[in-house]
Amino acid sequence: MIESFNAVKQSLPYLLQGGWITIVIVTGAMIMGFFMGLCMAVGQVYGPSVLKRVIGVYIWFFQGIPTLVLLFLFYFGLFNYIGFNINALAAVTVVLGMTTAAYQANIFKGAILLLPRGQFKAASTMGMSDFQAITGVILPQILRLSIPAWSNEFSIVLKDSALAFVLGVPEIMARAKFIASRTYQYLPLYIIAGLIYFVLTWAGVMGLAKLAKTVRIPGYANKGI
Amino acid sequence: MGDPILSVENIKKSFNGVPILKGVDLCLNKGEIKILIGPSGAGKSTLLQCMNCLVPPDSGKFRLEERTVDITNKRELYVYRQQVGMIFQDFNLFDHLTALDNLTIALRKVKKMGKKEATARALAELSRVGLEEKTHLYPAQLSGGQKQRVAIARALTMDPKVLLLDEPTSALDPEVMGEVIDVIRNLAKRGMTMIMATHQINLIRTLADEILFMESGAVVEQGQPKVLLVPGTRSQGFCDKLDILTGKIK
Repeated sequence: MIESFNAVKQSLPYLLQGGWITIVIVTGAMIMGFFMGLCMAVGQVYGPSVLKRVIGVYIWFFQGIPTLVLLFLFYFGLFNYIGFNINALAAVTVVLGMTTAAYQANIFKGAILLLPRGQFKAASTMGMSDFQAITGVILPQILRLSIPAWSNEFSIVLKDSALAFVLGVPEIMARAKFIASRTYQYLPLYIIAGLIYFVLTWAGVMGLAKLAKTVRIPGYANKGI
Repeated sequence: MGDPILSVENIKKSFNGVPILKGVDLCLNKGEIKILIGPSGAGKSTLLQCMNCLVPPDSGKFRLEERTVDITNKRELYVYRQQVGMIFQDFNLFDHLTALDNLTIALRKVKKMGKKEATARALAELSRVGLEEKTHLYPAQLSGGQKQRVAIARALTMDPKVLLLDEPTSALDPEVMGEVIDVIRNLAKRGMTMIMATHQINLIRTLADEILFMESGAVVEQGQPKVLLVPGTRSQGFCDKLDILTGKIK
């Protein structure tokens, strides 16, 4: 018991440093996914049909293949093949970013389609260009609508980031396994690792819920936006 | 009668091979009010939406103040739309903006006005429709009548030369319909050129300079109310039914 306690106590700072790496991966992937996803959603709703089809194929590709396979495919396969030399941390971030972009595109697209079409028309009738209508009228509303689903996606990506371990990135899971295999304190170390993930998820989801509340449009009390 | 502001010629539109508009010609003179009536599905709404290319027509010629408008040129279309305002049945206010910002957004983005100037203009328009007290409320906090008045004020900020109104009172309950009708009457008094689809019988009788009766994608009857609203015409038959609905004829 005391042995377990000591092992955990000694390894805690080391595990928490892994938490920073997880944060870097998830933040990078979510930001990348946000911008790519938003562009793809707008393209899928308002773009020409060729663009819609290209984006559709992209989304099917990343939705249809397990993230673990994608990691291997890109890191050991494609990136190597085209001579794109990046370290494992960057590779994980980029692959998770491309994957979540597909899911986020669907989130944003759903929100755009949910919005009454008349608002775009109204903006057009006042001489706003399509770009002005999208950035001034559509996006501010769909971003608010998307926060709950986006928060969900955040928690999924956060947990998927544990896969970085298979590429040797020293994030929480990799560090927990490394120490556990040296000290044989598997149970307490994996409990701690799980707890760190839990706390990170909780903080992020709470933060996003707070954001949703802050930007809520007055008068929509019961609609959650 | 001359001094045409907006004329459209031979507007045709079909959806999936089904013709909705079969070549409609229309000319609005300055200060004139035309009212579109006719059964649902006649193409009134489509015609109005074709007139500012919200629904791009398959063919048609547009002339605004003697100038032909090339609707395939985006830049020209955006300028044209500023001058042809539109009011919708379901208001279409921007839900994330206050009443005031619903008006200032286009002033700032389209007319490139500064914040102060845009706000002053927006406040003037809002007080003209009697909403100076509601400027900082969001659409969800307004009643239907108030929303439609904001929508009208919003359209007016662009100084349109013509206003297209697509059943502006149909989504309103009888209690607030009156306030919107008053605003429309005021616009008429100020000489706004308008074309309006409506089933509001007293608007038809008292405001219309000309009534256009549409059926199956074409204007089948057209004329001044006193000429058209006589026994035997299709328009009179239609208005009689509206009268029965409102209880004027039993």
